Amino acid sequence: MALGLALAVLALQALGLGTLKPPAALVPVAAWITALTDWFTQHFRFIFRGITWLLTGPFTVMRWLFDHLSWPSVLVIGTALGYAARGRKLAAFCALALIYIVVAGYWHKTAVTLSMVAVAVPVSVAIGLFGGIAAWRWAGARRVIGPLLDLMQTVPTFAYLIPILVLFGIGPVVGMIASAIYAVPPMVHNVKLGLERIHPEIIESAKMSGSTGRQLLWWVMIPSAMRALLIGVNQTVMAGLSMVVIASMVGGVDDIGIDVFQSMKQAKFGESLLSGLVIALVAIIMDRVSRGFAERSLDPLARGPGRRFWLAVAGLVAGSQALALIVPALAQYPEDWVIHLAPALNRAMQWFTVAAFPVTSALKTWMVFVVLLPLKIGFVNSVRPAFWGFSMSPAVAVGYVALALALVVAAWRWGGLRSAFGAASAATLYFSGTTGVAWPAVAAFVVFIAYSAGGIRIAVLAALGLLFILATDSWTNAMISVQICLVGVTVAFLIGSALGIWAALDDRVSAVLAPICDTLQTMPIFVFLIPAVMVFLVGEFTALIAIVMYAIVPSIRYAEHGIRGVPPEITEAARMIGATRRQMLWQIQLPVAAPEIALGINQTIMMALAMVIVAALVGAQGLGSDVMVALSRADTGRGIVAGLCVALIAIIADRTLQAWASARKEALGLA
Amino acid sequence: MSGAASLQCMNLWKVYGANADLALRASDHGDAAATAAELRRQGLVVAVCDVSLAVEPGETFVIMGLSGSGKSTVVRCLSRLIEPTAGDIRFDGADLRSLGEAQLVELRRHRMGMVFQHFGLFPHMTVMQNVAYPLRVQGIPPAEREKRAAEMIDLVGLTGREASFPRELSGGMQQRVGIARSLAVKPGIWFLDEPFSALDPLIRRQMQDEFLRLQGVMKKTIVFITHDFLEALRLASRIAVMRDGQIVQVGTPSELVLRPADAYVAAFTRDVPRDKIVTAGAIMEPAGANLSAEFAVAASAVIETVIPLLVGRARPLAVLGEGDQIIGQISVERLLAALAQRT
Repeated sequence: MALGLALAVLALQALGLGTLKPPAALVPVAAWITALTDWFTQHFRFIFRGITWLLTGPFTVMRWLFDHLSWPSVLVIGTALGYAARGRKLAAFCALALIYIVVAGYWHKTAVTLSMVAVAVPVSVAIGLFGGIAAWRWAGARRVIGPLLDLMQTVPTFAYLIPILVLFGIGPVVGMIASAIYAVPPMVHNVKLGLERIHPEIIESAKMSGSTGRQLLWWVMIPSAMRALLIGVNQTVMAGLSMVVIASMVGGVDDIGIDVFQSMKQAKFGESLLSGLVIALVAIIMDRVSRGFAERSLDPLARGPGRRFWLAVAGLVAGSQALALIVPALAQYPEDWVIHLAPALNRAMQWFTVAAFPVTSALKTWMVFVVLLPLKIGFVNSVRPAFWGFSMSPAVAVGYVALALALVVAAWRWGGLRSAFGAASAATLYFSGTTGVAWPAVAAFVVFIAYSAGGIRIAVLAALGLLFILATDSWTNAMISVQICLVGVTVAFLIGSALGIWAALDDRVSAVLAPICDTLQTMPIFVFLIPAVMVFLVGEFTALIAIVMYAIVPSIRYAEHGIRGVPPEITEAARMIGATRRQMLWQIQLPVAAPEIALGINQTIMMALAMVIVAALVGAQGLGSDVMVALSRADTGRGIVAGLCVALIAIIADRTLQAWASARKEALGLA
Repeated sequence: MSGAASLQCMNLWKVYGANADLALRASDHGDAAATAAELRRQGLVVAVCDVSLAVEPGETFVIMGLSGSGKSTVVRCLSRLIEPTAGDIRFDGADLRSLGEAQLVELRRHRMGMVFQHFGLFPHMTVMQNVAYPLRVQGIPPAEREKRAAEMIDLVGLTGREASFPRELSGGMQQRVGIARSLAVKPGIWFLDEPFSALDPLIRRQMQDEFLRLQGVMKKTIVFITHDFLEALRLASRIAVMRDGQIVQVGTPSELVLRPADAYVAAFTRDVPRDKIVTAGAIMEPAGANLSAEFAVAASAVIETVIPLLVGRARPLAVLGEGDQIIGQISVERLLAALAQRT
């Protein structure tokens, strides 16, 4: 069957159906959505005004508070929080990071960002708590909340912004609402998980003690699930910060996010790197502090510092506030004390760019002409004498087909039908590119893969998803996004899983990689663009680099976890049989760990798709640029449709891989 | 508040699966085994199958069975942690199944206590807070409930550990906390679901002694679940042996050992030291003439204690009932027959 399909695809291509254009929009979904939002805005303006009013109050209060905090107080509070959460090391880190933020002159912009996070996070935590409780308690709620969360987590961040922008207008409220919504899913998820994981006997013993439903929930279950709850809060804080930073680009608030964005647009890389560093530091502080408190809660014995400590902190803060009233240089960090690092950084950057140019430019050219371009518009359309040394001719086509056939036969010999099918598909794809392969062929391929991985249900889901993409005239853009994702995921997966496997086999490597992964994972998505665009300037390749950097972490993590998770009896048995390290890795550990590693690809795909949209800022085309255009024109329908397309691609990939991985795990008896 | 309660259940069923109650009603034709077989054919899971039992006030009723026999489900039906699919439950004569949620909460607050296999302690509460929790849910003020909880903590010998968290305690100590908590409201019925199964053998033995001591003081009505036949023999007034959701036999330890109902029960009794289990009352024959209250033993004495008395004596030994009247006799032949019996 696989071979038949591959032949059919090749035949379709050969017959010239490769030029088969996807139909124009069959269903004007975008127009409907725009009309609906407009109608909503007109008739329910008072609701949005009300919400704006509700959120602006706390925001103003927070801003006033932060503005009137003298900078020594900021240092004291930050350091104290670090100490209380995790001890001396984190306290030192917090102190140094905050000193940098103050001395480099970024405190006030940071404070605006923090104010928005401080308003948004409690809102999402509250919504998430009740959502999680509802999902845990009622099957009906679970059925609604599950898919909703999936959608919320896969629809790209920028797509959220458009309707919010239309409904609420420019201002800090956009950022707060967007991040409050965006940060809900991790909380719901953790609350539900935490409640589900409570030992049933704890619940039973509470019931047998005569607890009413409410006493059971609030006195026993919520405290028992506190760790999961606090981890949820941690993730919510991180998601909220990430979204606030992104939203500030459209929200017109003078915070740290817009600083990065503007300096990047003006090619002031030194400046953008410095303010990007501020975001990164704030993210790390928030993550470590909130996680520290979550871990402390695990252990009722390890309480943080006592009342004396907090009294001392309060005293210090009060003292510095009082002093600031007399000495204005303490209240506001004086402008002429600011150390400007940007010029020096820019010079260094320039030097590096020039010095590294031969390498970076060769890499970029090679990647673009050999990989990116053929995969987008097809080898057939991208052959240029300047790079390849020949131009497209029938002889070249015949040569390509002969080479492809040889490859397919070799794959057949080596790995059977499946490998042959894979090789044929790859050869076709490379020849015609994602946008060049006829859409029925792509659709048939995707549905077939979905079917063989997860049966009829996943296949139907895939078919419906593809239908939506086709019917809304998003096919070409979707294929461009798929192309860059495909390359990004492949590169990230190859490098990442290699690193992960290495880390699994060598504890020293693991010790080096773990903190790097931790840090990469706490970075708001936006930060990844800065180094990429600095070295490679705007372009598709830059987007690729950003995707790889952002999406590599799960590949590393899952590969390491997968290999380390291979049951020791299995590896011991292999050792006793006399397998060498290499045989052990290729014949035992990798096959057994494959399902887990596949879940890593899954995560990598999800992150790559999220980045594809953001990377439109640095030159990625496809659905991302569609969203960006929609954003600049406040075109709700277009933006949401493009966002939904990304979500659908993500969901199809996710379900297919999950189905494969769980079937495989079951087959191996590891589930 | 105190006062040992009685508990009965009649024709109790618990079937898992879609529309289990309808399926049960449709296929119930009186013969429990046939009904269960039919339900299982339909893909339903029959956890408890037509169980009837009566627990008398003040007795320790042990339900013994291997894992999957349905014993834990039975105790959860009796405490209504699980809703039975069919059957009657009477608690002190009152219909337990007809109680609403609020009445059930009220009943549990005052009349029921339960101990769990994995202790079910609240990880975020100290020993004191755990033990006082049943009182807290009733709205009893802190000073009062801490006073009463302290009594319970003292009863199980944990005085001095009130401020500890469960994680700091050994398994045996944790279960003592579980016991203290379940007794805090002085319940009329005490459910223990494999309370000692998660403990090391030595600690288990200690806890069994502790249990016997407590029961000697309190005389509660107890439903005790275990998979350990020897534990059942040690602790029980009466034992119900369960298999595949059904009760195979109910009887005193002596009855089970002397007259197992089938090969399944007999397999458990095979290696049991009979002289330590079987009582004089269980093997006595009708009293003859020439018995004297001087040369006598209590009906509840195990025959281990009878053997030295009868060695070298031709005369039968008198057996005394609770009022010290003679209710039977044991001859040497009778004793040897009881000890030699192999099934």
